[in-house]
Formats: sequence, C-alpha cells, structure tokens
Amino acid sequence: MNKLVQPLYLDNQENKTWKFILNELKPKGKIFSPFNIISFPVIVTGLIIMYIRFTQGIGSVTNLSQDIPWGLWIGFDVVTGVAFAGGAYVLVFMVNILNLKQYKPILRVTVLNGFLAYLFYSGALLLDLGRPLKIVNVIIGNNFGVSSVLFLVGWHFLLYMLALLLEFSPAIAEWLNAKKLRKVLSGLTMGAVIFGITLSVLHQSGIGALYLMAKDKIHPLWYSEYLPLLFVVSSIFAGISLVIMEGSISQRVFAHQLDKDSHKTHDNILVGLAKICAAGMFAYLALLVIVFVHGKDWQYLSSPMGSWYLLEVIGFVLIPMGLFYYSYRRRKVGLIKMASIITLLGIMLNRMNISIICFKWDAAERYVPSWQEFVVTLTIIFIEIWVFRWIVRRMPVLRKSPEWVRGDH
Amino acid sequence: MSLSRRTFFKAMGATAVALSVGKELKAGPEPEGEATEFNGMLYDMAMCRGCHGCEYDCAYAHELPEPDIPKEPPFRKTDETRNTVVNKYETSKGKVFVKTQCMHCNQPACDAACLTQAMHKTEEGPVIWREDKCMGCRYCMISCPFDIPKFEYKSTNPRIIKCDMCFTLQQQGEIPACAYNCPSGALMFGKRRELIAEARKRINDNPEKYVDHIYGEHEAGGTSWLYLSPVPFEELGFNTHIQTSSYPGLTKGFISSIAPVDILLPALLLGVYEATKTRTQTEEEE
Ligand code: SF4
Ligand code: SF4
Repeated sequence: MNKLVQPLYLDNQENKTWKFILNELKPKGKIFSPFNIISFPVIVTGLIIMYIRFTQGIGSVTNLSQDIPWGLWIGFDVVTGVAFAGGAYVLVFMVNILNLKQYKPILRVTVLNGFLAYLFYSGALLLDLGRPLKIVNVIIGNNFGVSSVLFLVGWHFLLYMLALLLEFSPAIAEWLNAKKLRKVLSGLTMGAVIFGITLSVLHQSGIGALYLMAKDKIHPLWYSEYLPLLFVVSSIFAGISLVIMEGSISQRVFAHQLDKDSHKTHDNILVGLAKICAAGMFAYLALLVIVFVHGKDWQYLSSPMGSWYLLEVIGFVLIPMGLFYYSYRRRKVGLIKMASIITLLGIMLNRMNISIICFKWDAAERYVPSWQEFVVTLTIIFIEIWVFRWIVRRMPVLRKSPEWVRGDH
Repeated sequence: MSLSRRTFFKAMGATAVALSVGKELKAGPEPEGEATEFNGMLYDMAMCRGCHGCEYDCAYAHELPEPDIPKEPPFRKTDETRNTVVNKYETSKGKVFVKTQCMHCNQPACDAACLTQAMHKTEEGPVIWREDKCMGCRYCMISCPFDIPKFEYKSTNPRIIKCDMCFTLQQQGEIPACAYNCPSGALMFGKRRELIAEARKRINDNPEKYVDHIYGEHEAGGTSWLYLSPVPFEELGFNTHIQTSSYPGLTKGFISSIAPVDILLPALLLGVYEATKTRTQTEEEE
C-alpha cells in the first residue's frame, strides 16, 4: 500500500508538476465579466435540462416527433457545427501541406477551436441518442454496420478528433514545459495532418451523404445526389468565415497576449482568407448551377419554397461572395468581417434547410424547437467558450511559444 | 515535422487491408434471388372489411397497449404504441380500407442506415429490430421511405417500434398474427414469389375488380408486403412516386468512394507537401 503511494511524494519533479497544474486550475481573469454573468445562468439551466432529459426521456424536453426525428441538436449542433469547424482542416492544409507560412500565426488557435468544437458536438450527439450507452457497440466493433453512412461518418469523426488533439498537443507540452514530450509529439504532427485532412474531407461530405436516403423527404431544390460534394465545398468557406470572425473577436479579447505587429499581420491574413472564401464560394455556386440544371427543377422556383431557395443562394452565397471579392481587392478589413458573418448565416440557413426546414416541408405539423433545446444548444456553446478561454489564457495558443521551442523547428 | 516515408506507407497498407476486409463485411441483405426466397404478405384491399381485428391481434402479439378504436375512427398513423393501423378512405368505388405497417423491403433503407445493425433484414424476409444493439440515433427513421420506425420519446430507455412480421412466431413455424386471425381473408401469408403469382392471377381473373398494379412488387426495389387495390393507389394516399430502385443504392456511390479517397488522398497530400517543401527550400537557397 505504502509503496504505491510513495513515488508520488518522492519524485520531486512530479510533485512540482502537480502543484503547477493545481495552480493553473484556478480561474484567471475577472470573475464577474459580462460574459460570465450572462453565460453562467444559462449553463446552470442547461445542465438541469440535461438532467431531466436523462431521467424522463428525450421527449420531455424536446419537440421532436415521429415525423421529425432529428431536430436542433442534430441540425444545428452537429450538421451546422461540423461545417463551421471546417476551418481547421483547411488551414492545416494551407500551412502544413501548401507551406503558406503567413497563416501560421492563426493555425494553433484554429486547431484548438476545431478540436473543442468536435468534442462538444459529440457531446451534443450523446444527448440526442436515445440509448447512448449502446454506442460502445459501434466503437468496440461487435456490431459494425459498415454499409451505414452514419457508421462511417462516426468513425471518421472520432479519428479526426484524435488527429486534431495530436496537432494541438505540442502546445500542451509547451505549457507543461515538457521538452522531450514536445519533441515526440511534434514528430507525429505530419502524420496527424495528412490523415486529419483526409478524414475531414470524408466526414464533411459524409454529413451530406447522411441525407441521401431521405430523397422523398427533402424538398427537391435542396436534395441532390451531389449533397456530399456540396457539403465539403461549402465547409471550406464556412470554416474560413468562422476563423475570420472568431479571430477578430480573439484579437480584441486577448489583445494583451499579442505583440504589436500582430495586428498588421492579422489584417494581411484576413485579406488572404477573403480571397480563399471568394474562390470557394464561386466553385460552390458553379456546382449549384450544374446541379440545378441537371435536376431540371425550374418549376419549383416560382413557388414560395423557390423564393426561399433563391434567398439562400443569392442573399447568402452570391452577395457575400461579391463582398469577399471586393474587400479583398480593396483591402477592406471591416467588410471582410461583415461578409464572413453573412456567410456563416448562409451556411446555417443551408444546413437547417436541409435538416429541418425543408425536411418534410409539406407536412401538416411543423417542428419548432422547444426553448429547452435552445438553452441546451447555448449551454454547449458557452461551456465550449469557457474551456477555450481557459486554455488560451494558459497555453501558448495566441501568444508565442516559449523561448526553448524556437530553435527547435 | 517529418514522417518517415516507410512508416507512412506501412500505415497506408494497413488501412487498405482494413478497408478491403470492410468491403467483404459490407455484403448486406442480398436482393431476392434464386437462393433466398423471402416470406411476404399479400393484402387485398378489395377484401378488407375494416374490422380492425388485426390491430388488436398485433398489439396482443407484441405486448403493446390494447388499441382503443372509436366507432368512427379518425385518420390515424402508426406510432410508438401500435405497429399497424387500418384507415378508411372514401374513393370513387366507395369506402376502401388500408392497413399500414412496415413494408419489409427487400433491400431496406433502415437496415442500410443502422450503424449498429440493430435493424436487420433476416434471411426469411422480415425486417427486425434488435433491442440489445440499438443506440437510439433514429437514423432509420430519417431513411425509411415509408416513415415506419417509431421511437419512444417518453422513455429513458426508448425502443424503436415497428412491425416485425411476427418474426418470433415465424421462427416457431407459425404465421403472423394478423394473417392468422383475419376473418375476411384479406391477408395472405406465403413466399413472396408465390404471392406475386397469386396477385397476378386475381387481377387477371377479375380485371374490373382490381387496378392492374401490385404495390410492393417494384416499389423501393421490391417489398415483402404486397398490396392489391380496387382503386388507383393515389386515391388511397400511397406514395406512387416512390423510386423503383432500392434506397440503399442511393448511398452506394458515396460509400464505395470512401476507401479510394482514404488511400489516395494521403498519398496525394504527401506528394504536394514534398513538392512545396522543395520549392521553399530552393527559394531559400537562391
Ligand atoms: S418499410 Fe421502412 S422500416 Fe420497413 S423495411 Fe422498409 S425501410 Fe425498413
Ligand atoms: S435508432 Fe437504433 S435501429 Fe434505428 S438506426 Fe439508430 S441504432 Fe439502428
């Protein structure tokens, strides 16, 4: 018994590490900031709702029905959220594969964001599963439904989370001052990068492929056999737009972590990203046109659903694309941020259209999420921001890596 | 940041093996061929008198709550308390009754959707749901073109509720409860192929009594449940635009592209990485 406990006390180094971690666990920064005052009550309410969900069933807190089995928790948290998290794989591709070093300053924060996003979406997914414990069936492999799109998406999702964690892990090692560990971990990064991008392309498209069998249920203007392709392409500019918006907020909130010229580099980065968004959206629009002509859906355009479709495509893809292009040519950073917000709204609209609004668009009963569903969604986002803030305040995410790393590249 | 090429290709090889094994496993329920003959049910709507007896027998056989059917029942759907309902339609030929339940597709969308194989097309024909496997994701509900699987939203350990063609009874050599008890003989249990022949015969013998169509013969790639109708199926709320190829076929392209992408994309990425690396290095040298 004694022997087991002893090493902990004997090993001085280890002891120090523990003290360090305990110390780091304490909150840094103001406790009564406006964000905390708003988010805290929401989180408490959200946790209570989750408790009710597990003690009284999903139906007790959601408006899901036999006709609409997937609601806000899947349609927004998972389907939309995964697109928003696409920035991580795109940036990793640009920096690590294409060697575009100018984007390096925002790489870590994007990867961290991506990782946390995935972590919390899978949390949302567990909430939505009726029998969450049975998920082991899929993981330990006693029941592989290999012909199931959801199965493949799930596995790519899970492995990608691991890849993201590996990509971020050098920052954790730097925080812990673990030099050797960092060396090992950064040696693994390239493998994680390559498989991470592959896994991303597949699960981003897989989310679209989930809806392929719902052919008769999704309005023909939104359904097409090219859904998987459309989902990957749109995840590129969705992810980048989130990077733009999130980066602008971080620049302000964590300003003290950044050195003087980072402001200028950040503007340069934004202009470069705007260009990529414009190009991505152009490709997406071209695809939409091809799909549309191929599907011969002209007759639907004059219906109310048709106007809704045109609003999405023109108002939330074509216009922000123009904005991105214009602001990239003129280097208008403010406009870039606006374009990114419109784009994000557009992606939200598109994913919600496919998963909720135009899913059984002709059904008599409409699904409107319950307030509990909204609160839980907010809770997940808020907790994610809390964790994000906790990490950024401690680990070298936005600020430069410690001295000992620099010669190490 | 480097990955030795050897380890990389080793990893790739392993993935390739894993994927090709996966491919073999992928062989799900085969479409009905010479070897397998699915059991099925022929439901003749020209004979059904709407007694709702099958609803009671079904509930009894599946330990579901006893149905409470008023004298003039309104239009009802199946839900988490009932596998089947019989509804009345006013048509050009007077009232016609329509029984609704799982169609037991030859290549079911629900089976292809299910990531735990809880939904399962048995060799005998019935599509069953297995409680010990299901994780309650409800993807089967999204995918089923007939909107059949129902979910117990009010339960903490919810089940999927749907007709299983009395699979346990069939295992014991009996026939499904609804067909066994039907007083008007509207339900006929048998081998799907024989039932199609029987349906054809009825149509040919009484061309003025039936429309010349067997719903379920080709719909969704063929189903075990077959319907004969005295009036066009549109009048009875059937989805007549349903595709005649199977629904799992819609995802085939995507699924078969996964393995190649999983293998080729990493190689491509590595190539691009090498290319850009040399470029920057040469730039530096200049
Ligand atoms: S009708 Fe629906 S639930 Fe029944 S076998 Fe076909 S896909 Fe599955
Ligand atoms: S709810 Fe159950 S039966 Fe339906 S797809 Fe999910 S795991 Fe399979």
